[in-house]
Parts: sequence; structure tokens; C-alpha cells
Amino acid sequence: MATGTAMAMLMANGLLPQGPLPDRGVTAAVVLLVPVVVPALAAGLAAVLGWRRWVAWVAVAASAAVLVAGIAAAVATVDGSVLAVGGVLRADALTSAMLLVIGGVSVIATWASVEYIGGELGAQKTTARGARRYAILVALFISTMAGTVLAANLGVMWAGIEATTIVTAFLVGHHGGRRAVEATWKYVIICSVGIALAYLGTVLVYYASQHSGGADGLKGTLDWTTLVAHADRLDPGVMRIAVVLLVLGFGTKVGLVPLHSWLPDAHSEAPAPVSALMSGVLLSVAGYALLRYRVIAVAALDPAFVRALLLVVGIGSVVFAASMMIAQRDYKRLLAYSSMEHMGLVTIGMAVGTPLAIAALLLHVLGHGLAKAVLFCASGQVLELTGTTRMDGVRGLLVRRPALAGVFALGIAALLGLPPFSLFASELALARATAGAGLSWVVGVALVLLLVVFVAIARPVAGMLFGPYDATDRGHADHGDTHEHPASVGAATARRWPSIVPLALGLVALVALGVAAPLDGLLQSAAAIVGTR
Amino acid sequence: MSAAVSTQLLDVISGAILLTAVLTLWRRDLAAIIRLLAIQGVFIAGLALLLGVTERSGELCLAALAVAVLKAGVLPAILRRVLADSGEVRETAPLVNVTASLLAAAVLTLLAYVLSGPLVALAPSAATRALPVGIAVVLLGFFMLVTRRRALSQVIGFLLLDNGITTTAFLATSGVPLVVELGVSLDVLLVVIVLQIVAARMRMAFGSTDLDGLSELRD
Repeated sequence: MATGTAMAMLMANGLLPQGPLPDRGVTAAVVLLVPVVVPALAAGLAAVLGWRRWVAWVAVAASAAVLVAGIAAAVATVDGSVLAVGGVLRADALTSAMLLVIGGVSVIATWASVEYIGGELGAQKTTARGARRYAILVALFISTMAGTVLAANLGVMWAGIEATTIVTAFLVGHHGGRRAVEATWKYVIICSVGIALAYLGTVLVYYASQHSGGADGLKGTLDWTTLVAHADRLDPGVMRIAVVLLVLGFGTKVGLVPLHSWLPDAHSEAPAPVSALMSGVLLSVAGYALLRYRVIAVAALDPAFVRALLLVVGIGSVVFAASMMIAQRDYKRLLAYSSMEHMGLVTIGMAVGTPLAIAALLLHVLGHGLAKAVLFCASGQVLELTGTTRMDGVRGLLVRRPALAGVFALGIAALLGLPPFSLFASELALARATAGAGLSWVVGVALVLLLVVFVAIARPVAGMLFGPYDATDRGHADHGDTHEHPASVGAATARRWPSIVPLALGLVALVALGVAAPLDGLLQSAAAIVGTR
Repeated sequence: MSAAVSTQLLDVISGAILLTAVLTLWRRDLAAIIRLLAIQGVFIAGLALLLGVTERSGELCLAALAVAVLKAGVLPAILRRVLADSGEVRETAPLVNVTASLLAAAVLTLLAYVLSGPLVALAPSAATRALPVGIAVVLLGFFMLVTRRRALSQVIGFLLLDNGITTTAFLATSGVPLVVELGVSLDVLLVVIVLQIVAARMRMAFGSTDLDGLSELRD
């Protein structure tokens, strides 16, 4: 492991040959620029032309380009090498894994957006202006997330995460009205404060690096590679304060306690495809920032301190999420709290920090992202069908819409960690890694909490799927809330199948990840970069 | 400028930054609070300029100019517009009254001194000895954010927090790299603009910006 890190660093510093340079340089530039530039161009197109069906398909193509660039980066970095452009953009195996998550979830979310916004326009639930803004912001959102994971400099990475708050603010408030305004206000205030604390932490890391001693010119830097190489010389007193601020600050965006209260509101009020992007990728992109800082923190500080800190926020988040899920009556909020629970599990994996744990948590992030994308997009269609987000208002889904119900049920099965979906494999690996690090009690606690979560999700969802569907109830549920826009019912019925296809693809990807484990090599390389001991 | 004079100037400016922060907790008149925030912005720009002159750094002088424009000019102007639109001139009912707020400010300042012990110890100098001021302003901003109920007061709390961080950055590191500093400034500006728009929508939806009205989303 240590040699892997060392080699990656030597390569980044240009001390090891990287193959024929000009060739590789051009490839690297293309692979690293595409994920940032192509979605930004799609945003520009939407800004000029407004929302049209083919413009929405361009956004899907841009997401696919991110995914393809992620695959290309994965192929190039799977052996532990590094792609870099001008000291600004940089990709190693960890970056590639995150690009795959961003690309994969974005394809599902933008694909679902085509029908979603098309349906809303048809039903006059949104205006041409609202649709244009939606198209611009979603594309920018994808671009900033890609930029965040590609940044070589921790200051730029911070700016990228802050920028996601700004571009998503009006996506959360897309539907307007009191609830959306309230969710937007909480989201922007809490996340801005959290991310400001992370900035203070970043400043302190920079301060520590300025005074780290040594003659080799480490005079104030936020370059990740350089910081990792000299992490053991950073002052522990300053770094301890910095790490607490960074965990609190980026933890806010991950949805961890104590600054988590924006999450259920924002996720439940945002349009379904945006919830999919926020829950599926945004949370884990912030988690990625913590992963990058963890390596530095563990080398500069007592590793036990870092582990204890991450364990407290990780377990705390799972406990809180599980307790909020028990009596939850709203399915979108249930999914939101489930995101918090899964991010808590990922943070526990981070606390363990061994290469096995890191590889497992990356697989978990990918699996959770895909499953949540499927579920949030499906829940958007359930909302369109029934007009309510209350679980007791949805009954007999399996009879009314077999395809949608099937996708929803399989997504829930994936989320609960049932085989053959990849979350089964990643949760098992996380448990093994945690027990292997001498933290069996954590596994015990987590298992009890997961059991609670299982019941809290499975019971109401069973009611939604199989519950007795009363035909007189239909009048209330179908027409009671949607009578103002009768067009929506017709439009939704006409476009039933196209909206299921991206979700089905997501489920297929989840099974493929779980059964064939095609990413093992990449995840192990990534784990070698940020894993310790 | 001799070292002794610049050290004294530095201490005076740091003291003024802390004082303006405490005064924002004392005043209830929102227009006066915005004025205090602008004055604090001038002092932070002065701090950057002083450090720039003593270290002969053109980059820092440029940063001082940027800080002056943003924190003493643009941001207060935006806040004044929000205030004029809302027609609410006073923070009517803070959750903690003024006397208790000032006592809390004293406690938070002491806490800042305790917390920043390791920061000063790493590289003692005239500038880093003033670091507790930056941390204290961060804590005061956080306090304001959690105890005030008007939307505008919360934005002011956020800006106070950000001023504290900027002060800390200048005192500790003579400013982070200019690229990052510019990125941060742009972000703060955008956040405030976003919040301005959301506050306007809030007025349309709720009829006021009293955040107690925000109670539809809960479990």
C-alpha cells in the first residue's frame, strides 16, 4: 500500500516516467477536461435555447460523456498512475471511481428529467422559464461536482463544493410555494455555514503547511499531493483544530450530525431527479473531500483521534437517521433519512480506514448512488400518479402500475442490502473490514440499527405495494389532487415506458456490480491511495 | 514604518474588528447593524493593507482592495436593499436578550483565546498573537446566527462568521493564495445574492421574514 502511494506521488511530481509524454498529455487533457467542460456547454446550450426535448437529451449525452471519461480515466489509473493537466486538474484511481459515480447517477437523473420536465410543462406545473432554469442548473451542477473531484488543489476542491450549494439552491426551490422556500432557506444557510467552517479548516491546514519546517520549499501549499508527502511534518496542535472543523464543515454537506437538518427538507422538496443527484452524488462528493483530508490528518495526528472523531459522527448519524425513520409517514423523507443512514455507514468505513474498508465504502457509495437515483426518480412518478407523498395515501401500487412498482420494489431491495445487488457485497465487506480492525462492537451496533432500518422501510413499503387498493379510493387519490391539471394524467399514461427505462438500467448496473464485481481492481488502487495501515 | 508602529497599528485594527462584532450583538436597529458590518469590512481591508505594506506584497494590497470593495461596499449595499424591501427595521425579538448576548460575547471571546492557544504557539508573531480576535468573531457570528429570528439577521450572522474567517486567514497566513481568496469572495457574494432572492420569495409566501414562520417542514 505504502509503495502504491509513494509511486503515485513520484509520478505526480514527474520523477517517474509516465510513458511517451506528448501522447499521454493530450489524452489526459481530454479525459480530465470533458467531465467539466461538456456539461458546462450543455448548460450554455440550455441558456441560449431554453428547454426543449432535444436539448434535454443533450444533457443526457453530456452525462454519458462524463461516464465515458470516467471509464477512460479508470482504465488509465487502475494501475495506480496519475493523470494531470497543468497542476490544476488531477485524476487518480479515487477520482476515477468518483467520476463513475457522478456519470452513472447523472445519466439516470438527466434521462428521468426529460420525462419529468416534459410532464410538468404539459401539466403547466412549471413555466418555460422554470424549465430553462432547471436545465441550466442541473447541467452546471454536474459540471461543478466533476470539477470538485478533479481538483488537484484542496482550496479549489473547497470552492467546487461551495459552488454546488449555489447552483442547487434554486433547484431545491423549483416548485415554489411555502415548503420549497423554507427548504431552500434552511439548505443555503446551513450548508453555507458548514462549508464556511470547512474553509476555516482549510486556512488552518495552509497555515500549518507554511510552518512545517524543512528546506525543500513547502512554503504554504494546498496541493494535495505535496501535503500528503509532507503530512507528518504538519503541526499536530493546529491540525487537530483544523480536522475538527473540516469534519464538521464537509460533514454538513455529507448530511452528518450535528448540522444535518437541511437534508430531509431539501431532499423531499426538490424535484425527483434533483433529489437523485443530491442524494446519490452530492453527499458522496463531500465525503470524497473528507477522504482526501483523512490521509493527511492520520499522518499528522494521532490516528486514534481521527478514528474516534469519524466514528462519533458516523454512528451518531446512523442512530439519528434510524430513529427518524421508525415513525416516518412520508416516503420522500424516508428516502432522505435513508441517505443519511448510508452516509453514516460510509463515514464509519472512513473511520476504520484500512484499504479493505476504503474499497468497500467506495463500492457502497456507487451502489447507494445508483439505488437512490432509481428510488427518487421512481418516487417522483409515484407522486405524479397519486398526488401525495404520504405512504398511507399510496396503496396497491403493484396492481395499478406493475412496472413502476416493480422498479420501486427492486430499488428498495437493493437499498436494504439484499443480494444480488452490490450493496449486499459492500455492506458485508464494510462489516468485515470493521471487525478486522478490532471494532467488532461497532459492527454489532450497526447491525442492530440496520435491522431497525430494515423494518422501518420494509413495512410501509409493503403497504404501498400490496395494500388493498380501493376503487372508490382512486377517485380521491387520483383526481382529488390532480384535478387542476387533468392533462398530467393523460401525459403520464402516454409516456409510462420511457420513464421506466433509465431506472431499469440503473438496477441492471447494480446487479452487474454485485455479481461480476468489475471494479475491484480500480477500487483497490483507490483504496491504496487513501487507505492507511 | 517601524516594526513597533506597525505592531501597534495591527493591535488597534484587530481590537476594532472585535469591537464592531460585539456592537452588532448590542444594537437592535438593523440599519445600524449593517453600518457596523461595513465599518468592520473597512478595518479588515485595513488589516490586509497593513500586512501588505509591512511584507511588501503587491498581492496582499490587491486583496485589501478586493476586500474593501466587497465587504464595505457591495455586501452592505445588498443588505440595505433587502432591508428597504422588507420594511422591518428592528430585530424585534431575539431568542436571547441583549444583556445576555453581551455576556455570551465575553464568554465566547475567552473561549476563542483558549481555543487558539495551539495556533499562536506554532509561529508566535505580532500577527498570530492577534489570531484569537478572528476566532472570536467567528464564534460571535455563529452565536448571532442561532439566536436571531429575522432572515436578515441570519444573513448578517453568516457575514460576521465570514469576516471572522477572513481576519483569521490574513492574520495566520497573510492570506491564502489569491485564486482561492477570489473564489471565496465570489462564493460569499453569490450566497448573499441567493439569500436575497430567497428572502424576497419568503416575503411573498409568508408575508414576513420572521423565521418562526418556517415550521411546515418537520417530523
